Amino acid sequence: MTRYVVRRLLLFVPTLWVIATLTFLLMRLAPGGPFNAEREIPPAARAALAQKYGLDRPLAAQYATFLVRAARLDFGPSYKFPTREVREIIVEGFRVSAELGGWALLVALLVGIPLGVIAALRQNTLADTAVMAAALAGVSIPNFVLGPLLVLAFSLGLFWLPPALWEGPQSRVLPVLTLAAAYVAYVARLTRAGMLEVLRQDFIRTARAKGLPERVVVLKHALRLGLLPVVSYLGPAAAAVIMGSLVVEQVFAVPGLGRYLVNGAFNRDYTLVMGVVLFYAAFLMALNLLVDLAYAWLDPRVELK
Amino acid sequence: MSATTLPVALTAAAAGPPRSLWSDARRRLARNHAAVASAWLLAFVVLACFAAPWLPGLADPAAQDLRLGAALPSATHPFGTDELGRDLLVRVLYGGRISLLVGLVGTLVSLLVGVSWGAVAGYAGGKLDEFMMRTVDVLYALPNIFLVILLMVFFSRSLLMLFVALGLVQWLTMARIVRGQVLTLKRQTFVEAARALGASDRSIVFRHIVPNTLGPVVVYATLTVPAVVLQEAFLSFLGLGVQPPDASWGTLIADGARVMALFPGLVVFPGLALSLTLLAFNFLGDGLRDALDPQDKQQGR
Repeated sequence: MTRYVVRRLLLFVPTLWVIATLTFLLMRLAPGGPFNAEREIPPAARAALAQKYGLDRPLAAQYATFLVRAARLDFGPSYKFPTREVREIIVEGFRVSAELGGWALLVALLVGIPLGVIAALRQNTLADTAVMAAALAGVSIPNFVLGPLLVLAFSLGLFWLPPALWEGPQSRVLPVLTLAAAYVAYVARLTRAGMLEVLRQDFIRTARAKGLPERVVVLKHALRLGLLPVVSYLGPAAAAVIMGSLVVEQVFAVPGLGRYLVNGAFNRDYTLVMGVVLFYAAFLMALNLLVDLAYAWLDPRVELK
Repeated sequence: MSATTLPVALTAAAAGPPRSLWSDARRRLARNHAAVASAWLLAFVVLACFAAPWLPGLADPAAQDLRLGAALPSATHPFGTDELGRDLLVRVLYGGRISLLVGLVGTLVSLLVGVSWGAVAGYAGGKLDEFMMRTVDVLYALPNIFLVILLMVFFSRSLLMLFVALGLVQWLTMARIVRGQVLTLKRQTFVEAARALGASDRSIVFRHIVPNTLGPVVVYATLTVPAVVLQEAFLSFLGLGVQPPDASWGTLIADGARVMALFPGLVVFPGLALSLTLLAFNFLGDGLRDALDPQDKQQGR
């Protein structure tokens, strides 16, 4: 177990190294640069900028410095906002994004799992059909369509909730719902499929034959295995939530990391984009490791090697 | 698992002349009403979008009628008009051209790269296979939208770049699927026969093995199209995808969202077009998977 974790952690290094190198090469291969403004910059100013960001040194030296600094999560100052360090922006933005994403995942699990269990227990009834139809709609409406529609209904139509910003608990409702919708649907579908598979198995029949109450059979015996597809989906779900937060933070003007990334991409802020991408890659790898550990804990048949 | 499929295979064999995989699949697909309806809907959408410039009675997508402003749907403008008085139906159709084109070309790029990568890795085996699949693993660690964003940041935001960028990030799963297929196929006797006849490795891989992986490849490609369309819309919504004066469903939704307080139709209609198309592609892909690959309903991700 410990050996497994250590080995997985050791794999992080080469993976991140490849991704870092890839971004570095892409950046250097790219035509033009971040200082290609519409306004012509005087040569002296351009040289000063190049020197400040170390762009006048040989490529190998730049690469070496980049790697050493990246390992310390130090990506230097942002190209567009030179007074701010990229690391500072990441820390600040991630705090907001983590809250948004965490709530969205929590809502997805707390709503999706019960819905899926109900649908599985009442297979082929009206409740099942209704849950599955709603899930289908939830999966196929992209969040950048859903977000504006929710704003339209609840902010501009009913005046219940603020349409944007990230101040006070009320402002959290719409962004979290928008982000969670697709995953509520997906979790419900996965739970239903998983439960249907498990409820057919012999050990469930045994449990029922022993005279256990249905509640215990479902919640204690079936759910643990029925949730396995949901658990293995958590890794991809976290990645998807991060991507979704790019849109949701834009729609609702939430000052999170996704918004910084999108604006950075728009402004060709090289250091900021690279920093955020590398940070998210590392974050997701760590998360996937946790998911695999949770999987092994839930399903005793899985052996970590 | 195989015990349940065996009787079906037996009765099918007994019923008449042997059927090929494809005719068998067609029969199974025809019985799936959702998939058939989706196929018709898609045919209609694709035809309407790509034939839009030649359809009679459609306005020019750029023609403005400022007196009209944003109008509600009417007989002359079934979807209404946008704030510049441009017909929204026409704009949705022309936007669909770009969205669908990006989806199809992106899928094609991902097919070319993914199938070749997977086939070569699977056939070569050994160190090369190890290296190629490790590369895929590493790229998997990064959500592919980030790769697209990197490409769109560092290079020009042209339509061509968008095709390439979206295609280049979609091939990973395809490569894994094809490699898995090739690993089993390359041990079969027809490959040995081809080799005995003196066929080169190149022609064994691309003439004999790759055509036999077509079933799963077709299924996955059908599911890749909506994924690419969605990513294009996602990027365009953020302003990183299709750039004006080109418009796609993503940019239409972004433009509509900006003024939706006053003109909700401007976000509802393009959103509906996108959502329905995505839904139909997913239904069709699921249907094809069940038809071509009845034993393995859970494959792919």
